[in-house]
Amino acid sequence: MKWDWSAVSDFMPHFWEGLLVTLQVLVIGSLISFVLGLVWALLMRVPSRWMTWPVGAVTEFVRNTPLLVQLFFLFYVLPEWGLTFSPLTTGVIGIGLHYSTYTMQVYRAGIEAVPVGQWEAATALNLPLGRTWTAVILPQAIRRVVPALGNYVISMLKDTPLLMAITVLEMLGEARLFSQANFQFTEPLTVIGVAFVVISYLASLLLRALERRLVH
Amino acid sequence: MSIETRPTPETNIEKSASELIRLEEVTKRFGGNTVLDRLSFSVDAGRHVTLIGPSGSGKTTILRLLMTLMKPDEGTITVGGRQLYPASEKQVREVRKNIGMVFQQFNLFPNMSVLRNITEAPVTVLGMSKDEAAERARELLDLVGLADKCDARPAQLSGGQQQRVAIARALAMRPQVLLLDEVTSALDPELVAGVLDVLRDIARTTDITMLCVTHEMNFARDISDQVLMFDSGRVVESGPPEKIFSDPEQERTREFLGAVL
Repeated sequence: MKWDWSAVSDFMPHFWEGLLVTLQVLVIGSLISFVLGLVWALLMRVPSRWMTWPVGAVTEFVRNTPLLVQLFFLFYVLPEWGLTFSPLTTGVIGIGLHYSTYTMQVYRAGIEAVPVGQWEAATALNLPLGRTWTAVILPQAIRRVVPALGNYVISMLKDTPLLMAITVLEMLGEARLFSQANFQFTEPLTVIGVAFVVISYLASLLLRALERRLVH
Repeated sequence: MSIETRPTPETNIEKSASELIRLEEVTKRFGGNTVLDRLSFSVDAGRHVTLIGPSGSGKTTILRLLMTLMKPDEGTITVGGRQLYPASEKQVREVRKNIGMVFQQFNLFPNMSVLRNITEAPVTVLGMSKDEAAERARELLDLVGLADKCDARPAQLSGGQQQRVAIARALAMRPQVLLLDEVTSALDPELVAGVLDVLRDIARTTDITMLCVTHEMNFARDISDQVLMFDSGRVVESGPPEKIFSDPEQERTREFLGAVL
């Protein structure tokens, strides 16, 4: 096996394009999973089985089926229902939705970890329920769960290559295309492997900085 | 203040003109354990009432029922002539405006500055302007001796300081009734005096009605007009502190005081 630096430089323009797509998926997918996960977690606290049962069933289903299956479903089945999105949009929604079923559990744990005394103090001050959530409970709950949410961001990063299956050209997609055209596999795969490590590392630094800020 | 220890059916307490709090035939059970057993009593406005008795005798439960942190299984609770239980959620919110509580574990909001802990409810519940609420919060912090701690976080304060902030926070809502639930039990001994001094001050200078669960018998003697001795969810004996502490009538009271004094 020979290492060919010229293959690396030939691959780089494709790599940058793939990197951009991967980062888009990661950032928007994370935001969707953070927001949607919080929505699920809050809906699960509505004191009515008419709410918790369907939300619980749907999220349980999504959490326990493979992301790849969900991506295929969104990509091939939704257009039959008249809903057509670009592959990238479909992928971002799919991965965000999938991970929201995990982040909801993180939020739930964070909400349950807020001491009951905080609820009691809010009641004693006659704070309305909505204000109790936004000013007292959620700020404390979310602070606690940032590290756990961060782990899912890293995990999501490593799932982004699945989007290749619905024709999204993220980093692995670009590498595969390049490899098949040039019969050079080592260099592009190595480059994107290194890129995954670097992105993970940078993301974890970012999250640690965020964590430190939130402690104050 | 009037007391009924033996429950007899229906309204058995005569109503005084200045009556503020009234519990009638209140029963509270936890599982099979009856914590309050058809308890009836009333408190006149402006009185300072101390509830004493062994742990598990139902003292704290009374405060928690009045704060609507829990609901009784039976009976009625009235504050200021309006029913607190049973009542609609809307009415509960309205009546609850008159009641404040200070907790054993302070329960300050750790995500807010000291000042915002105090201004949060006046602004969002009473509709006070931010400036007005902040000004009043500063006055209250001054009253509890913490004028310089406005911008501190609760975690940066000692337990005693946190509890004094919690007192200021409760007072900021201008309650008619202040419920004090073992407010010094979680404090290091050297911090207790500072908190009790603040409460003595409030008892002396305001007309707030106070219901106080405490194990600080000297404090109880100092501030209360009335002491209620509880045992097994009933009032065993009640009277002015001089009487209860020096010449109790009931054997159970003597036993309890002998053990704690």
